[in-house]
Amino acid sequence: MEIVVVHAASGKELARLNNLSASSTILDVKKTFHKHGKKVALHRQAFRTEPKGRTLNDNEVLKSLQLSSGSTLYFKDLGPQVGWKTVFLVEYAGPLVVYLAIYWFQPRFLYGRLHADPRFPITTIAAGCWTLHYTKRLLETLFVHRFSHATMPLSNIFKNCGYYWGFAAFIAYYVNHPLYTNPANELQMKLGFLGFMLCEVGNLSIHVALRNLRPAGSTERKIPVATWNPFTSLFNFVSCPNYTYEIGAWASFTVMTQCGAAGLFAVAGFYQMAVWALGKHKNYKKEFASYPRNRKAIIPFVI
Amino acid sequence: MLQKSFTTFYLVFYNVMMTAGWSSMGLLWIQHYKNTGNFFGVYDKLHMWLKVVQSMAILEVLHCATGLVRSSVWLTAAQVYSRIFLVWGIIVSVSEPIVQHGTGFALLLMAWVITEVLRYSFYWLTILDMLPYLIKWCRYTFFIPLYPIGVFGELFTIYAALPYLKASRLYSVELPNAANISFSFYVYAIVTMVLYIPVFPMLYCHMLRQRKKILGNKTTKSN
Repeated sequence: MEIVVVHAASGKELARLNNLSASSTILDVKKTFHKHGKKVALHRQAFRTEPKGRTLNDNEVLKSLQLSSGSTLYFKDLGPQVGWKTVFLVEYAGPLVVYLAIYWFQPRFLYGRLHADPRFPITTIAAGCWTLHYTKRLLETLFVHRFSHATMPLSNIFKNCGYYWGFAAFIAYYVNHPLYTNPANELQMKLGFLGFMLCEVGNLSIHVALRNLRPAGSTERKIPVATWNPFTSLFNFVSCPNYTYEIGAWASFTVMTQCGAAGLFAVAGFYQMAVWALGKHKNYKKEFASYPRNRKAIIPFVI
Repeated sequence: MLQKSFTTFYLVFYNVMMTAGWSSMGLLWIQHYKNTGNFFGVYDKLHMWLKVVQSMAILEVLHCATGLVRSSVWLTAAQVYSRIFLVWGIIVSVSEPIVQHGTGFALLLMAWVITEVLRYSFYWLTILDMLPYLIKWCRYTFFIPLYPIGVFGELFTIYAALPYLKASRLYSVELPNAANISFSFYVYAIVTMVLYIPVFPMLYCHMLRQRKKILGNKTTKSN
């Protein structure tokens, strides 16, 4: 059958695709469209059944979308794309390098002649926690996460790296500063450290649970629920407990180091993750009629 | 329906009050010049007006956030913030003649008074569907010289204040301290000046595009 490809924004007809059947998928459409005109890369192609409708998934079948011969599909070019894995690896490797470099070298251009010697133990512990956090993130990117989309816009890599690397330098500057003030309270440092560790384990638990929720190679979506792992019981209260644990980790890090810069990072992260969590929570409720009603998005009982 | 009448009344009231506030500053300035023959030195006469009226503009951010006015919250917040920074952060905070009675202040005040009287008038006249073409034309034309003049005045004023900010360590926090954080308002002011370089052309071009869109048809018609 024949599909007419129209540019979503301008309404201009771009191509007429033949050699498609009712059982063809959107991926088949993309492969066919790739041979026409500007030969747009598959990852840059987005198709919709309405000009401003949702982007169709690669595995959706033309027949189930009520498309027949002569039907129109609307096309949008997503612009230069970069792989999710690539972005994650770059944006998480930076903070490791930046923080540890500042910790180890106490660079002249930052601290002048001042030098922390001996250092407070908590400064070294903080460097250890930081390393643990970002190493965990890198390993999760390689071995745990399963991504729904393969790519994201190229400009994101600059935006994301600016955020992560920038805050890494900002926090590292203060925690490793020769004029760093040790928290007066030993209990505070211990509780902060304990909180941090528990939240790291919690965050990892959620990531693993989410991975196991979706069989390999599928894009099936299910309601996440608590598993045998007690850390996943947070699912009973929120839709995105991984974000809850992440905020908990950075709030704990702030308490442990008594550092305003870390506090600002925690607040910034909270804001962004709250926006994401509210979106995901809304999608879950829309998608599953039986979604648990008492769940919040990110903070139990609150939001 | 009642809600619509109330919101219309509120917006007309707000914009009329702001027009009156900025006009008062303009009139005080004219009066000052008539009395003293001096174009400068008017800050002492109108500083209360400037503080109150410019601070009221914070409401405009709320108007956007609540959907009362269809405009970008972030854009409005950025513009209002830059004014608040200048008025409260620089002009009010640094009581030096070069800052409060200097050329920079005179230039920015002139630009602000004319622009704001036009802008707020444009708004309430539009809401009441009584907008004369002349006001629309002025609003979208006067900015062409006034915007650069105002920016020059603003940069001049911040620059003049810098030595005082550095020496007095105003609004700044130094290490060591219990929160392990530091902030230099002096550095912040310099960064603000640097940001004018990318931001001003962006906003100026945006206004030029708006002008073409809104006045474009009329000028070709009259030709």
